Amino acid sequence: MATIRILCAGFGGQGALLIGKLVAEAGMAEGKHVTWLPSYGPEMRGGTANVMVVVSDKPVGSPIFSKLDVLVALNQPSLDKFAPDTKDGGIIITNSDLCGEPANADKVKLSPVPLTKIAEEIGNVKAANMVGVGALLALTNCVARKSVEDYLSGMMKEKNPALLDTNLLAIEKGAAYVA
Amino acid sequence: MGKKVLMKGNEAVAEAAILAGCRHYFAYPITPQSELIEYMAKKMPLVGGTFLQAESEVAAINMVLGAAACGVRVMTSSSSPGISLKQEGISYIAASRLPAVIVNVSRGGPGLGNIAPMQCDYFQATRGGGHGDYYTPVLSPSTVQEFADMAPLAFEIAERYLTPVLILGDGMLGQMMEPVEFPDSYPPQLDPSSWALGARRTPDDRHIINSLFIDPYVLKEKTEILFEVYDEIKKNEIRYETYNMDSNAKTLVVAHGTAARVAKSAVDALKEEGVEVALIRPITLWPYPYDAVAEAAKGKDKVITIELNMGQMVEDVKLAVCGECPVDFIGKAGGVVFTPEEIVSLIREKIS
Repeated sequence: MATIRILCAGFGGQGALLIGKLVAEAGMAEGKHVTWLPSYGPEMRGGTANVMVVVSDKPVGSPIFSKLDVLVALNQPSLDKFAPDTKDGGIIITNSDLCGEPANADKVKLSPVPLTKIAEEIGNVKAANMVGVGALLALTNCVARKSVEDYLSGMMKEKNPALLDTNLLAIEKGAAYVA
Repeated sequence: MGKKVLMKGNEAVAEAAILAGCRHYFAYPITPQSELIEYMAKKMPLVGGTFLQAESEVAAINMVLGAAACGVRVMTSSSSPGISLKQEGISYIAASRLPAVIVNVSRGGPGLGNIAPMQCDYFQATRGGGHGDYYTPVLSPSTVQEFADMAPLAFEIAERYLTPVLILGDGMLGQMMEPVEFPDSYPPQLDPSSWALGARRTPDDRHIINSLFIDPYVLKEKTEILFEVYDEIKKNEIRYETYNMDSNAKTLVVAHGTAARVAKSAVDALKEEGVEVALIRPITLWPYPYDAVAEAAKGKDKVITIELNMGQMVEDVKLAVCGECPVDFIGKAGGVVFTPEEIVSLIREKIS
């Protein structure tokens, strides 16, 4: 992997920006060059939010890109908006509970994952984005899963160990689903 | 050095300012620099500093003047329309020969514009900005690390020459997170007794800080002193970076800040296609690296200036190149940031 460009998008509140942040934090911990650039319009809960993340072995020139290697779409509007920007042969991960198929499904590696349903099954619907993290890491190897888990542990082990366990389980379930 | 942390530019420049000993910060909120004021609100009380959300930008900049006159490291920040409101005060600070740091996380304009990143405040930043015959040193970061490093640098320049110093970022640098490292310590503040109130050098020394000089001959002398200082700044403080200059490039790109980092990606992409393009990135926008740009343009067929506006720095590039070769311009208004692919195709168009 020289450079990977990932876009995560969803409704404000679904945690798309956090997916990107975990990748960026893990990439940094691995000594890679990373940028995390949110869309920062007047977004609010229920609006749309997206983040562009670049992970690279080289210093990152532009944090902005027009062609994506990987799209994580947490809802249909995000899929409609960004699927056409995904490179042929790129990866699109969708929350299949809220999304259909993109028009370019035959040109990309489409990976529909029932993020919401899996999160509900482990008892916390808010962890849907973490299921997405698990799928993203398993499909792309953009950063090591352990790096993400280490970062989460550092953040939450003291403050909220129960939530940490939920998140780690969500990541595992997401990875297992696409395996 | 400490360990790397992932931070937004807005937060990183605030943290670096605090680490550099800034304990006074006055500002009024505005997007896209809000994380800066929020960070200061959170952190200043923890280090025994003063955070004050002023009633307006005008009030904030005058609080900056007051604190600077008292001999402490002081900073304010805002975004384009807010910086316009501060200009009267910046002119007063410049005339009063006081050190202060102002951060502009610029946004789209003119008018209230929008909150997207734009470089449309170049003219304002590099030509003094407010009324009167003065300049402020202007630093233009292109990464979050550089944004952070510029806070202590701005204080140093401000104190060495007794001038307000402007850091001109933009919404993208403010909002973007990148790894950043802070050193264990920064150079301490210079002894403020040469400029601050309350420091009598002789028992009857009255140090009066003022920007009102009714007698034209006195104002003439004060202004001439200012410009002697500016000559010193021009001699010592010009900064720039060159990229791919050793190649046999026949085209030179000039860009600063966010536009420069997108342009750098374009230079790399063109290199892979076998097209060599050199790049020079002014880091100080005032004083402008005229000589360095002229030197870099030597032997080139074309110079292309790339800016996130309708063409402002291009005027300085033309002054530097002085007709030696054609100077072209690629720009974009409205706060729409180029992608490297766009720049690549626009450069290709210009040189074909």
